[in-house]
Amino acid sequence: MLEIKGLEVKLEEEDKQILKGVDLSIEAGTVHAIMGPNGSGKSTMSYVLSGRDGYEVTGGTATLNGEDLLALEPEERAAKGLFLAFQYPVEIPGVGNMTFLRTSLNAQRKLRGEEEISSADFLKLVRAKAKELKIDAEMLKRPVNVGFSGGEKKRNEILQMAMLAPKMCILDETDSGLDVDAMKLVSDGVNALRDAGRSFLVITHYQRLLDHIKPDVVHIMSNGRIVKSGGPELALEVEHNGYADILSEVA
Amino acid sequence: MAAQLKPKLDALEARLASLSLPEGGWSAAARKDALSRLGAMGLPHARDEYWKYTRPDTLNAPEAPKAAVFEGSETPVFSARDRLKITFVDGVFDPEQSDPLELEGITIERLAEAGTKDIHWAKDLYGVLEVAGQTPVERPLAALNTAFATDGILIHVTGTPSKPVSLVYIHQDPGSDAILHHAVKVESGGEITLLENGPAAARFNKVLEVDVADGGKFHHVRAQGRDHERRAATHIFARLGTESLFKSFTMTANGVLTRNECVIEFTGDDAVAHVAGASMGDGDFHHDDTVFVTHDAVNCESRQVFKKVLRNGATGVFQGKILVKKDAQKTDGYQISQSLLLDDDSQFLAKPELEIYADDVACSHGSTSGAIDETALYYLRSRGVPRREAQDLLTLAFLAEALEEIEDDSLAEEIRERLDGWLARRRS
Ligand SMILES: Nc1ncnc2c1ncn2[C@@H]1O[C@H](COP(=O)(O)OP(=O)(O)O)[C@@H](O)[C@H]1O
Ligand SMILES: [Mg+2]
Repeated sequence: MLEIKGLEVKLEEEDKQILKGVDLSIEAGTVHAIMGPNGSGKSTMSYVLSGRDGYEVTGGTATLNGEDLLALEPEERAAKGLFLAFQYPVEIPGVGNMTFLRTSLNAQRKLRGEEEISSADFLKLVRAKAKELKIDAEMLKRPVNVGFSGGEKKRNEILQMAMLAPKMCILDETDSGLDVDAMKLVSDGVNALRDAGRSFLVITHYQRLLDHIKPDVVHIMSNGRIVKSGGPELALEVEHNGYADILSEVA
Repeated sequence: MAAQLKPKLDALEARLASLSLPEGGWSAAARKDALSRLGAMGLPHARDEYWKYTRPDTLNAPEAPKAAVFEGSETPVFSARDRLKITFVDGVFDPEQSDPLELEGITIERLAEAGTKDIHWAKDLYGVLEVAGQTPVERPLAALNTAFATDGILIHVTGTPSKPVSLVYIHQDPGSDAILHHAVKVESGGEITLLENGPAAARFNKVLEVDVADGGKFHHVRAQGRDHERRAATHIFARLGTESLFKSFTMTANGVLTRNECVIEFTGDDAVAHVAGASMGDGDFHHDDTVFVTHDAVNCESRQVFKKVLRNGATGVFQGKILVKKDAQKTDGYQISQSLLLDDDSQFLAKPELEIYADDVACSHGSTSGAIDETALYYLRSRGVPRREAQDLLTLAFLAEALEEIEDDSLAEEIRERLDGWLARRRS
């Protein structure tokens, strides 16, 4: 599904290298988790994969189902099935949440050469998905993320993911700022989407989320590299001992 | 002062040479007074403080600069509505394209027929609000209008008509110079919606006087035509009685020069006035909103919401003032003017002012100028929305606050579609 090889990234504006050769291979149908200290480059990697401006790729490749991701516009990446649930979801005053969802869904369909969804089908879909995430009609009407609580914003990200049904889902600290109930809702939302054709990359600091969304592989990122990979037990090790042991062991 | 007056008087003299006072009938006295006011003021000058950001010379010139007639395939806005339609072609009333001037709840007269009928209510209004609006700031083009207007619609609102009165302005002659003066008197308990659309003429000077009596309601939605080269100087003068309502919204797309002045005075307590504008300019476009709101009554609410989208070197101007007189306690005054600059060549010049003499008031104002929010743009694109479409969505979102000032949802939606169409035509 997603193949990253030797990915090196610096800031466009500054001479600051952030990713220093990341290798990551995610097969279809699997869940990978990335953990790592703050500032190690996890968000940067997810932004670069989704096509945000301000970064310069100085080396390496990233492909989605064999296609060069880095050559595509952000909207094309989305249409090909890449989705990023933002660590900090963006507020868009003046654009209603429903309009945002419908515009996104239809734009992706158009880019893929598919028919637009009918208003009736759209409403049915959004109502069903919103209900599962306990997102009420009021939240759907409000401008995108404006005045939403932290937890509401994260649930709104998962709603978008459920509506767009992407192939490769990257979740950047979707669990931070969530209480136990919200965490359960979000995890259920993610688990409902798990299938053989869909992969997840879950960025988190906490074992807690991984209790709900069981990963196949866990990676530790530090200082712009993936320094260790292993099974779910690696996340438990981080939970108990922090990063210090792992980092000193690989240093 | 005297040194400054001379060129203003010279400009007036040159202009007057090409104008003649219409047969005024009941309006003759008001026209004569306006002419003498004008004689003392002269025409606007580039050195006038009030004309600092907008050059008046082409509005003053004896002849209207030519403006090519714009050929668009779109059907004009409001066409599909149930309305009483009144059409002017290059400023000349066209009975063929107009409905009979009859509607339950109102009486409609034409200014051009002033010579043959005496209309007492219009006589008490014509030019009266314009005079009041000449202090503390002179508005010579409005005085010129009162003196020389060739026609206009006079509406006496005594009830609540079932449909809006819709003034349609068609531009056909590339050299046309139109001067129209409308007056609306809304009596106690009356309520009316006035629509205006179309480019009117190569150069258009228009005054609208609106007198809303206690408890009356006036709604106004205007779409200034899409002709690229047209010029317009318009004035709205409104006077608000107790518990009355005044709402005016203007959409302006294109036009090489537009100056829209709006002068509102609260004379009765507990009244509400909202004036809003959404304008979009591409290239050789200069759009000026100049607003003056005077609170001279207790517990009134005024809102000014002006948004401008500017690209390819377009210029937007906003001059807005809220004056709260000594006894106008509990005034709630709000003013916001914002521009969205789609490139570095475009500019927005704003002069917001508050002048407050009462102590128990809540007034606020703000003015901003900014570009498209790159983070929001990226967020939309990351969800699959292509750049240009995402940019247009954010542009409409920027204008949304002004559109919210249109009370009728279907009118607001129709205006939104026009704005969307304007943006979509520029997508590539
Ligand atoms: N736009 C930026 N400007 C300046 N520094 C940045 C920018 N983006 C990322 N960084 C820096 O890059 C490093 C990695 O950041 P980030 O990817 O957010 O890490 P993580 O998500 O793992 O906490 C940090 O040192 C951060 O300060
Ligand atoms: Mg991060």
